[in-house]
Amino acid sequence: MSEAILTPIEKKPMNFTLPVVGAFGAFFGIFVGAANGSVLLGIVLGFALAAGLAFVAMEVLDKSQERMARYGLVALFVVAGFLLGGVPGIVLGALIGWFFGWLIYWIGEGRYRARLVPYLTGGQVLWHYSFRVLCGAIFVFLITPILVVMPLSFNAEDFFTFTPEMLRFDPEGYSLKHYRDFFTSDDWQQAVWNSVKIAPAATLLSVSFGTLAAIGLSQPHVPGRRLIMAILISPMIVPLIISAAGMYFFYSRIGLQGTYLGVVLAHAALGIPFVIITVTATLVGFDRSLTRAAANMGADPVTTFFRVQMPLILPGVISGGLFAFITSFDEVVVVIFVGSANQQTLPWQMFTGLREQISPTILAVATILVGISIALLTVVEILRRRSERLRGMSPG
Amino acid sequence: MTDAANDPDKITGPTPDNAIRASEAAEATDGAGKVLAADGTPLKRSLNRALRAQKMRALMLVAPLLLFVLITFIAPIADMLFRSVENQIVRETLPRTVAALQDYDASGDEMPGDAAFEAAYYDIFFAAERKLHTRLGSRLNYEMTGASSLFRKSGRGLDDIGEVYQDQFEDLDEAWDEARPWAEMMGDPDWIAAQEAWSEDDGAMPRFELRDGVADVLPKTAEAYRLFARFMQVEEGDSPLEEEPWTVVHTALYQDITGGDISGYSGPGADRLAALAELVAGPDFETVRFQDAFEEIDEDWADPEIWKTIKTYAPAYTSGYFLNAVDAQKTADGPALRDEDERIYGLLFKRTLFMSMMITISCILLGYPVAYLLSNLPSRTANLLMILVLLPFWTSLLVRTSAWKVMLQQQGVINDVLVWLGLVGDADRLVMINNQFGTIVAMTHILLPFMILPMYSVMSTIPPSYVRAAKSLGATNWTTFWRVYFPQSVPGIGAGSILVFILAIGYYITPEIVGGTTGTFISNRIAYHISSSLNWGLAAALGAILLAAVLILYWAYDRIVGIDNVKLGG
Repeated sequence: MSEAILTPIEKKPMNFTLPVVGAFGAFFGIFVGAANGSVLLGIVLGFALAAGLAFVAMEVLDKSQERMARYGLVALFVVAGFLLGGVPGIVLGALIGWFFGWLIYWIGEGRYRARLVPYLTGGQVLWHYSFRVLCGAIFVFLITPILVVMPLSFNAEDFFTFTPEMLRFDPEGYSLKHYRDFFTSDDWQQAVWNSVKIAPAATLLSVSFGTLAAIGLSQPHVPGRRLIMAILISPMIVPLIISAAGMYFFYSRIGLQGTYLGVVLAHAALGIPFVIITVTATLVGFDRSLTRAAANMGADPVTTFFRVQMPLILPGVISGGLFAFITSFDEVVVVIFVGSANQQTLPWQMFTGLREQISPTILAVATILVGISIALLTVVEILRRRSERLRGMSPG
Repeated sequence: MTDAANDPDKITGPTPDNAIRASEAAEATDGAGKVLAADGTPLKRSLNRALRAQKMRALMLVAPLLLFVLITFIAPIADMLFRSVENQIVRETLPRTVAALQDYDASGDEMPGDAAFEAAYYDIFFAAERKLHTRLGSRLNYEMTGASSLFRKSGRGLDDIGEVYQDQFEDLDEAWDEARPWAEMMGDPDWIAAQEAWSEDDGAMPRFELRDGVADVLPKTAEAYRLFARFMQVEEGDSPLEEEPWTVVHTALYQDITGGDISGYSGPGADRLAALAELVAGPDFETVRFQDAFEEIDEDWADPEIWKTIKTYAPAYTSGYFLNAVDAQKTADGPALRDEDERIYGLLFKRTLFMSMMITISCILLGYPVAYLLSNLPSRTANLLMILVLLPFWTSLLVRTSAWKVMLQQQGVINDVLVWLGLVGDADRLVMINNQFGTIVAMTHILLPFMILPMYSVMSTIPPSYVRAAKSLGATNWTTFWRVYFPQSVPGIGAGSILVFILAIGYYITPEIVGGTTGTFISNRIAYHISSSLNWGLAAALGAILLAAVLILYWAYDRIVGIDNVKLGG
């Protein structure tokens, strides 16, 4: 797939272009046909329409009129969409029109081979693109649930689905009332406040202990390193429900169940593996001669740590801290068992909301949380690149 | 990765290890005597000391965290494991009964002797005063249905036995129903004086003490009265001088009078006691047989079943919870499987395994193409697409679960789209939630990044030249993939599968919300036993089994991938 190999692009014969474009038309025809009563008729008409349009575009119109032809197609499908499905039909029609405009020229002019090596057989080209479409479908599967939540959170009704008003893009159908609910409800605000109190405390604990231990673990001589590592990583591996059950039993014995301290300790324990993993990974690339050099110049170990080692491993420490933070911020199971009503966190409130009195306020919260996670993801990604650049592993 | 950098034997350069090796080699070859350090000590010893100091320093750095994790995490797990076998409650609540049943043969169909009923009378009476009998009842109810109500009823009904004696004693002499005469009879005079002098401001009450010798003459009465007095002092904060004793004390006194010689008693109220002995010896004195009284409270007491259950669960440690967790129960002839229709945990474990496997397989099927694509695209495009994988990974679990709930509902987005497209009629919308399908789809989505990331990191290390070489040697596309590319990507599949499987097998939140009744996991059952049915022992036993399964997988993961090599977020 290197850029040097250029496959000659040539116009494809009509007996290839028409059936392929027609097949796509038939595919869309299935849905339009089903919505209007007859699947078979939809397939036939879809095939005929798509093949006809392809013929007009390829044979009747000149190549220089491509831009005009594509706008024309969009306009045509918008009108058809409006007639068949009202306002939502306009959007779909525009998309389908754009797609066919692109498809006809992509197939008809043979542009689909432009980026492929010239020796591929037809079957291989077909496989190449089917594979891309398959992967695209999987990406859609990955991202759709998150995307669907966002517009629904602006729903004016208390429904969990798109109302007809929303589909008509009627401003009446949208409102910020769920966000208003979220910001005015005492329950939700208390939950946010609890989360904000618990997560940073737990993060601070796991980061300070975890960084120290990671530095200890990366020394060349640690007796029982494997066992220690296994113990420190275990909170990540042991199923949460088991950790929660154990902590519930044990913390009630020692009077920590239902207290703020108990929840913080539990969350700190859960966040430790993430700190250990990220910080040890950062320390792998740490040049030990730097600390020796610092010691040589008379710095005591504490100064060496804060002035030499810490700045270099800081990106790893911060991203470990972010992992610990999100672990605590997003944790439900343990807090349900170890906490009491006074420690009800945001995820806990969402969980009860989903299980019992289901309200779309949850979707507003979810949208806000997605925003937060995008921000965190960006920070972690930037830190990772910075750390790799500092360690000279990749240009980023 | 970390091993190579941290293994002291692999580092070249001036490290203590290499110095020790060098000094050893020097000694072995020229034998000219020991290499000495600057201060005159043999170099080897001096280096060893340095090494020890280094080890100590490393341990000191690790110690705080290790201690923290041991206390906050490992101890709770150990506590849970302990609870899965712990069974002190029967022994603690019914000590006399357990002792009386020592020789009882639990495998036959006989009833225990009257001694057992007598012991049970005292035990349940004291337990009922301390309100412990219902707890024991619910414990035994896990093993024998009906035990809970049996104990609740008995706790209320046992007063009747003592009242028979109390009434007759009282008819003889009012003093038998008054607090003061009893206290003078049973209590140590010094204690009575101290108790009288006590006032609220003095803090704890003076501890009740029995009069010297009273326990020899009236052993049962003394014991019953002592328990009563201590209970009043500690639990109720009342003075025994002002509280009339429980009816169990009267029963005990009756037993002492009939059971032994009371003429040795010479303390306060000796004449009253003598009069009482006369009354008891008389023909008109009404008595109660313990066994009859028990049977009157509930006829279940006449069934050997309850006695067998008490006897079977008397030991302080039991395998009973574990047997329950695998659908078996303790019987007199050893463990046996429960009836066909009572077996639920085997089914639940099988379902958990089956669904975890389905989720793992779906993740492999969906993750492999994506990981392949990402590792073969130019890095700019791959990084962009990677965001689509990482965004769900970073998004709150509850956000994703609620998204699936919104999508899969009968009035949800997917069904609406299908209806709008005309693929499904409005009347027969698909049921995609509250069943196994919903759980598998939602959890596949949630765990997919955990599959893609390890696969991607393995696949990006496979050199593309191998594939090209295979093709240039004439292999077809399929052969190239199957014989050359796929085998090299297997470690990635292995790592991802174990990770996904471990995470799936213990999942709780998502099955709880989208799983309904048929799509739940063993963890939901554990949660139910902790918070609703309060059968903590069974919850602990189920948890222990789940934990064992996960630890085996964890061990395998460590073997195959190494815990150090877990990668987070690419």
